[in-house]
Amino acid sequence: MTTMNFSEAIDDALAQAMSEDPRIILFGEDVPMLRRNLLVRFGPKRVRATPISESAFLGAGVAAAMAGLRPVVELYMVDFLGVSMDALLNQASKLETFSGGKWTAPVVVRAPCGGGYGDGGQHEQSLWGWLAHIPGLTVIVPSTPEDAGGLMYAALQHDGPVVFLEHKLLSETFLEFLGSGGRLTVQFDVPAEGRRGPVPHKWKPLPIGKAVLRREGRDVTLASLGVGVHRALEAAEFLEKDGVSASVLDLRTVSPLDKTALCEAVARTGNLLVVDEDYEGFGLSGELSAVVLEAGISCKYARVCTQTTIPYARKMEDQVLPNVNRIRTTAMTLL
Amino acid sequence: MDLWLLYSLMKKSRLFEEAVTQLWEDGLISGEMHLGTGEEAIIAGVVSQLCPGDAMAVDHRGSAAFLMRGVDPTLLLHEMLGHEDGLCGGQGGHMHLFSKEHLAATSGIIGAVGPAALGFALAAQTLRPGSIAVAFFGEGAMNQGMLMESINLAALWNLPVLFVCKDDGWAITTQPGESTKSGMGERACGLGVPYVGVDGLDVEQVWQATRQAIERARSGNGPTFLHAHCVHLEGHFLGLILLRITRAPLRELPGIVGALIRSFMHPGGGSLRERIAGVRYILSSILATWRDPRRYSTNDPLERVQTALVSNPARLKELDSRIEAEISSALASAQQEVVA
Repeated sequence: MTTMNFSEAIDDALAQAMSEDPRIILFGEDVPMLRRNLLVRFGPKRVRATPISESAFLGAGVAAAMAGLRPVVELYMVDFLGVSMDALLNQASKLETFSGGKWTAPVVVRAPCGGGYGDGGQHEQSLWGWLAHIPGLTVIVPSTPEDAGGLMYAALQHDGPVVFLEHKLLSETFLEFLGSGGRLTVQFDVPAEGRRGPVPHKWKPLPIGKAVLRREGRDVTLASLGVGVHRALEAAEFLEKDGVSASVLDLRTVSPLDKTALCEAVARTGNLLVVDEDYEGFGLSGELSAVVLEAGISCKYARVCTQTTIPYARKMEDQVLPNVNRIRTTAMTLL
Repeated sequence: MDLWLLYSLMKKSRLFEEAVTQLWEDGLISGEMHLGTGEEAIIAGVVSQLCPGDAMAVDHRGSAAFLMRGVDPTLLLHEMLGHEDGLCGGQGGHMHLFSKEHLAATSGIIGAVGPAALGFALAAQTLRPGSIAVAFFGEGAMNQGMLMESINLAALWNLPVLFVCKDDGWAITTQPGESTKSGMGERACGLGVPYVGVDGLDVEQVWQATRQAIERARSGNGPTFLHAHCVHLEGHFLGLILLRITRAPLRELPGIVGALIRSFMHPGGGSLRERIAGVRYILSSILATWRDPRRYSTNDPLERVQTALVSNPARLKELDSRIEAEISSALASAQQEVVA
């Protein structure tokens, strides 16, 4: 096994898939510069720049997928999806049902998400719950390089629209490109296991919709995804010292949601704490409580999420986003 | 037109943003930082002619417009440092500045200034006849649907809007040849809005063109599209990779070139011709940055206006030291709070 950075692993899986499947093309704003290593291997016909025209190029990605290509459409940040939401909300997601199951749009939308580097709430949202709310969209949020590459590889074989969210704190390219801008004077709380880790020599698709238990525990189940998994793992170490044994479940995909793994994990501990960087209300954290209730599992429940617009100031931001301290103290209230 | 006033607005903005640069370099400002250095003549030429009741919709590069509109530099600096006593309680940061009393709102979403200016102008037309709204945006935003839609609607509703396109020829790392087919003039006129092109480095030209456009808007004759070329002295944002490469190639290039060569040589992928086309694309971006118009002082609007005022060196010196003192005091106040 070799090791790779998070975004490097995604690009590596993308490169392998592109060399195997000529239908895969990439486009998005500044993509030739951001994906320059793919540009010099696959050329500008397959790695293209776009104007700042999200509604046009994302909509085009959906229809190009309908007509036989396998486009990977990049957004600068998932927040900018707001400009072009029709392509996903009313086009890509509806096609399979409206066509009576005869037509799908295998487009992958790759977008950085998440906060923790001080850009404020128009550039740091998670929005995976908002996206997964729409039937017909697959939403992937990996937390390690190995998962990121394997799930990207799987997304490129998936027969329908996939939103692939790449947390900016894990993405070395984004932190360098616009978080630090080359500065050595700023530090971010980047989880080491998420930033860099072992990857296979040859990518194979990971199953979409399968959660993974990152840590076994008896007393409480911390369910999370993306950077939240690493925050939960760190909190679990502290909880261990407090005499609490926590398990950590990495959901990996929001939609489809691995309900079986969630219910099994919660049934074992009887306590569910959701760590979700997305907004608290009407989202993933509430959905998880509904899933366990519907399964008839009796448990105590709490959540650590983002409750407000993410403020710009770093100190305020650190309090608004789920942090280790909030996870730890909230977990203790369950016991 | 008072050239001294225009100069003082531009100088204040420049010194303010130089202070911001230092704070950003020191890591005291987090995230991205988009400066208006190089576009001061455009902002000054427009903002100096706004009156109470006029509104501004500003893009992610808003410090200069806010400062020139009269927002206290100390409040702005405190905001950028994330202090609770900043303009927006430290919650907005430089991309999300809001001043209700100035009817000035910023958005970090490209093109969002179009609909915002429309709405401000609609309110003006209804509630404050004679007042206007300004939208500031870059040429990259002219490919964003909502801005194009706004230009049409402003024409249709005869709204008092001044669309100000600050054209520096770059959308972060993408050049117009890769993103835009038709010209700004064709577009504006095609959508029914009169077009005026000016040299955005020349504050007098901007001021004159703006005066006519604003008169049109105030007297109920509808919107104007003002297209002004400029050179962003720090590119899209501080630490832009293309500028880092050209300024410190020995530091920046090794890491980039190694990965590029490995990828270029990697089996599986495009033909040699396609790979070379990819390399050419990257080289063209770097070379375009290397042939940097920033190197020529004639492309600095502040130096341009200064040359017109050197005939009165005593007054210039006095003005400079007054502005320097104001910005130093704002900076000292901000730094004091950092220490505290």
